[in-house]
Amino acid sequence: MLRLDNDVRFITPFDEEFPEKLKFIPSAPKGLYVKGKLPDENAKSVAIIGSRDCSAYGASMSRYFAEILSNAGVQIISGMARGVDGIAQRAAMNNGHPTFGVLGGGIDVVYPKSNKDIFDGILKSGGLISEFAPGTQPIARQFPSRNRIIAGLADIVLVIEAKIRSGTGITVRRAIEQGRDVYAVPGRITDPLSAGCNKLIEDGAGVALTPERILEILGIFEEKSENFHKISAPRLAKREKMVYSGLDLYPKSLEELTHITGVGIPELLGVLLQLELKGLVAECGKNNYIRKT
Amino acid sequence: MFSSVNSVALFGMDACMVCAEADLSEGGLPVFEMVGFLGSEVKESRERIRTAMKNSGYLIPPKRITVNLSPADLRKSGSSFDLAVALSLLMSMGIFPPERLEGTVVAGELSLSGEVKQVTGILPMVLEAKKRGYKKFILPEVNALEGGAVSDMEVIGVSSLKQVVSYLQEGEDIAPTTVSLEDKLMERREAGADFADVSGQALVKRGMEIAAAGMHNILMIGPPGSGKSMMAKCIPSILPPLSVSECLEISKVYSVAGLLGEDGLVMQRPFVAPHHTISPQALAGGGVVPRPGAVSLAHRGVLFLDEFPEFHTQTLEILRQPIEDKVVHIQRAQGACTFPTDFLLCAAMNPCKCGYFPDRNRCNCTQVQVKKYLSKISGPLLDRIDICVEASEIGFNELIRENAKEEPSENIRQRVVDAVEIQKKRFEGTKLRFNSDIGVKEMRKYCSIGQEEEKLLEKVFSKMGFSARGYHRVLKTARTIADLDHSDEINTTHISEALGYRGIDRRYWSA
Repeated sequence: MLRLDNDVRFITPFDEEFPEKLKFIPSAPKGLYVKGKLPDENAKSVAIIGSRDCSAYGASMSRYFAEILSNAGVQIISGMARGVDGIAQRAAMNNGHPTFGVLGGGIDVVYPKSNKDIFDGILKSGGLISEFAPGTQPIARQFPSRNRIIAGLADIVLVIEAKIRSGTGITVRRAIEQGRDVYAVPGRITDPLSAGCNKLIEDGAGVALTPERILEILGIFEEKSENFHKISAPRLAKREKMVYSGLDLYPKSLEELTHITGVGIPELLGVLLQLELKGLVAECGKNNYIRKT
Repeated sequence: MFSSVNSVALFGMDACMVCAEADLSEGGLPVFEMVGFLGSEVKESRERIRTAMKNSGYLIPPKRITVNLSPADLRKSGSSFDLAVALSLLMSMGIFPPERLEGTVVAGELSLSGEVKQVTGILPMVLEAKKRGYKKFILPEVNALEGGAVSDMEVIGVSSLKQVVSYLQEGEDIAPTTVSLEDKLMERREAGADFADVSGQALVKRGMEIAAAGMHNILMIGPPGSGKSMMAKCIPSILPPLSVSECLEISKVYSVAGLLGEDGLVMQRPFVAPHHTISPQALAGGGVVPRPGAVSLAHRGVLFLDEFPEFHTQTLEILRQPIEDKVVHIQRAQGACTFPTDFLLCAAMNPCKCGYFPDRNRCNCTQVQVKKYLSKISGPLLDRIDICVEASEIGFNELIRENAKEEPSENIRQRVVDAVEIQKKRFEGTKLRFNSDIGVKEMRKYCSIGQEEEKLLEKVFSKMGFSARGYHRVLKTARTIADLDHSDEINTTHISEALGYRGIDRRYWSA
């Protein structure tokens, strides 16, 4: 083991702390730069991966799975990227649970900038891992090799949202080579962002319908937590309930909402404001609304 | 022999009385000299006048001729002095008696054949002459409809130099042109774009109704092909009908710009939609002799800026002062002039570069790209836009309902007119005209709210965290919504609706 500046250490397969799981994967890494902790080999790990430009549905699913899995003691592994990766890791981190970021650049290079908070906060309970020397810029061709480490560290690879051709696809291929289980969250067949996931399911991947199911597969049996669809059944006025039921995780424009509910624009805006104040609805684009969980 | 004829010089929107003096004297070599701080186009007029007079049958005598345009310290430009100078010469030649031109102002360009040709800026000239107490104005026949709109002024439209002389010799009689603006404004109701032709888009229609009622600036955000431009074109159809004074104001600007059409006057609220490559000067107005820019051509009408973020930042920032002050001051080497700019700004933009955010299945833009696209519009400019609405794509449902009856613009206009009347009463005796003019100082007086409303706003502010400026915009918009509702009080419904139209400057959308 080699100690470097800024609490970064360099470890090789000859070090005791080198993750056992990574020693036997194809083209196993010869050495890793590590900051903070490494995943606990005795605890279970799930890699949550997906599109960088995910939809509101992807964002919300990512958060949902990450929260419930990490609450049950599962370590979340991901690539610290924009979109699904970052959202999952942030969710775990904010709940004080361990999460590990495998980087495509040097361990001291903050990328993307929007995830700076994760870079700063992750060390409290988790850690950062990179194969590249400190100072290496994150360039696209380094990402596929980074993906094999993400898959390698995980027991299960969970795909939240992906297009047919994507970096996520590479991680999935590596995972299959390494013999990891792959699960995918299904989506609407018309959505390009869910096409990758649906294709995986068609090809034989597991269907991730609930986080509890993933936990069961990992051998963790929790008390049944509330179903996603029932989490928010707050007491609402009649109109609010009607508007709320017209919303889902895909953005709906105000125009669509008046059609669905038959409520006029002025009144609808009032109802939506009330729901927004109650934290049940978010405006994700100008006059586009989604259900918030 | 000495003579003088009154004419008018134009600088920007301002007209100034000018005297065309001519003197014919014996002795010395024959010359024709023109003095009085003349621009090159005015100096050239000497040759035009000489030829026009010859071709009309009046030979200039071989004498020492001096023409002066006084006051001599005011720079003269334009071609409108030809006729006055020619008449001044003819008068000193004794062709017609000087009394015939007493209390009369003359303007017009001459062609070599002696024809009297059109000039720009007739309306401000005639108005200035009226202000100075003149009773008669001789001008080109083509401009007669324009000048005739000014009441209490005998406007004589002439087509040739020969005709004017014959008129002044009491040969031919020319009837004065009078235009009754009231009648003309009444008859003008030909429909342009109408909201009845727009299917669906209830949100944008409602937003535009409120914008028109309180003269709030409005921003439409929506994907390409959602009908933003079409709806913008409908705004003039719901604005209150033009009043006589407004018609004159607009026509004055168009007269100066030389853009008046066949009608002589502008009878409809202007709709000005410059392309986004427009230069700052073209937007604000400019030139050696300042001419009105797009902001002034949109006076009392609509300035529509499509593809809002594509405009150069520098160009957009120019809008701030005209929106605030309702006038624009242009300063050039030859002096400063002021153009009116009281317009309703309607801007349209896509939500992101590709145009489909937040539909992630079609939009490939990253969060950073979306933010960058939106941040092209500066905060101070967004602060001046009270209403922001989404124009959603016309969906299958709406196309199917195409046969359904949509509300025609006339009905919407009726509600707008009612709301404007309420505002007129409210602001009687003050400088304000519309709710959008309410400043921070007057906020308490005109936009007072009850406890319940205050509580709602407080909650919204702490929860959604938006700026103090946003607070005022919401209140002003709520005031207009209440006016449309014929309600004296602003209640929570009005406020929550106004909140739905809040701008995009708030922490931007998180997907």
